[in-house]
Amino acid sequence: MDEVIRVEGLTKNFGDLRVLRGIDCTVSASEVVCVIGPSGSGKSTFLRCLNGLEEASGGRVLVHGTSVHDNHTDIDTLRSEIGMVFQRFNLFPHKTVLENITLAPTKVRGVSPAEAKQRAHDLLVKVGLLDKIDAYPNQLSGGQQQRVAIARALAMQPAIMLFDEPTSALDPEMVGEVLNVMQTLAEEGMTMVVVTHEMGFARRVAHRVLFMDEGMLVEEGTPEAVFDNPREERTRRFLANVL
Amino acid sequence: MDPILWFGWFRADIIAEYAMMFWHGLQITILVTLICITQGTALGLAIGLARLADARHSPARQICRYLLRWPSTVYVSFFRGTPLFVQILLIHFAVLPLFINPADGLIISGETARSLKQNYGALLSGVLALTLNSGAYISEIFRAGIQSIDRGQIEASRSLGLSFWRTMYHVVLPQAFRRMLPPLGNNAIALLKDSSLISAIGLAELAYTARTVAGAYSRYWEPYLTISFMYWILTLGLAWAVKRLEARYGRGDTR
Repeated sequence: MDEVIRVEGLTKNFGDLRVLRGIDCTVSASEVVCVIGPSGSGKSTFLRCLNGLEEASGGRVLVHGTSVHDNHTDIDTLRSEIGMVFQRFNLFPHKTVLENITLAPTKVRGVSPAEAKQRAHDLLVKVGLLDKIDAYPNQLSGGQQQRVAIARALAMQPAIMLFDEPTSALDPEMVGEVLNVMQTLAEEGMTMVVVTHEMGFARRVAHRVLFMDEGMLVEEGTPEAVFDNPREERTRRFLANVL
Repeated sequence: MDPILWFGWFRADIIAEYAMMFWHGLQITILVTLICITQGTALGLAIGLARLADARHSPARQICRYLLRWPSTVYVSFFRGTPLFVQILLIHFAVLPLFINPADGLIISGETARSLKQNYGALLSGVLALTLNSGAYISEIFRAGIQSIDRGQIEASRSLGLSFWRTMYHVVLPQAFRRMLPPLGNNAIALLKDSSLISAIGLAELAYTARTVAGAYSRYWEPYLTISFMYWILTLGLAWAVKRLEARYGRGDTR
């Protein structure tokens, strides 16, 4: 399979705190990888290193063979290939749903406004929010905002999508609508790295599950292997607490 | 002209006699204020960004610290820490003659310098002093406004591939500007009133007009009350304009 992301010996320190202590892994095209683990285990930091939102302290991250943390890398072009969805949605509150979605394609890719609007239209149909096209983010529920955020990231037609606990800030009844959109995306063959606490989603959708603890990759494998037959004691303890 | 008395004591005829002078003074005051608001805002944005400049790697890191952050901090400290009145005098009598001087001006000298100083000297130094001064205050408004924007907004924009400057222009500044409008409005009103200090170096704006009229008749209520009302109307107008802008840029506000 085509390798899309390669992480080699990635470390990250915040002052004296060692958040990542040497991560090695790869992600292949069309693969859905879920990252699970206790809070503070470095999952989000790991994800944010993949598109350079965090500087690496050591090691390297290659996306399509390009080093993310190299000074000579055109980070803006690289990031436009990597969509990211945040826990807190981070929609632009001063722009309408349509403007949120068309901003990057028109400014970064030079897509014509008409085409960008058409693309936004199609994506809103896909996430089921076409009727909200002219709404402002504060007029939407959390689940709707997150679906718009997914549409905004998809508008750049990225090769990879990163999800940073996309349902953790949502009311329980809104989690499903966001997970459904993500599942559809996975079924269409999108390469996805998902940091999540939704074990049901990970089991159902992931091709591979990574379990992280204390800045290390403790265990990885198919959902069946990790959830049903965890090899490591730490994995077992974590799963006993959350399942 | 025969004395015209309003309410038994207000010599309206004095105001009528100098109406044209008040009119010219009003125009100068408005002109100075508008120039200083626009220039001061542009300068304030530049200084505000300079005070926030940072980079991850050398040599950009050192450049940001020593060529941007450090000088801009000193600049703001000086112009906020010394009286505007003193700054006006300093610029008019010390700084400007250094650059525009018939004998040996660094930028302009000879006959051009003589006529320029004579006709526009006070306007030039007044506008310069007021712009430099308000730029310092406005830079603090920009800095606070930019820093108040959630980091997540910047991260979302950058992760879409927008560059730092595009993120500033499309995402950060529009949101920061909305929050900055009330303090910017206050600043504009203060600037309008502070323009009266330029009368000290002989610029014929409103306060200068009032002093001239007062001197001619030895009457003080009439001219100073008149310009007080004129300033008042102008500040009300400014406050109204700011309110309109707030409504316009308030779209999508969480309230």
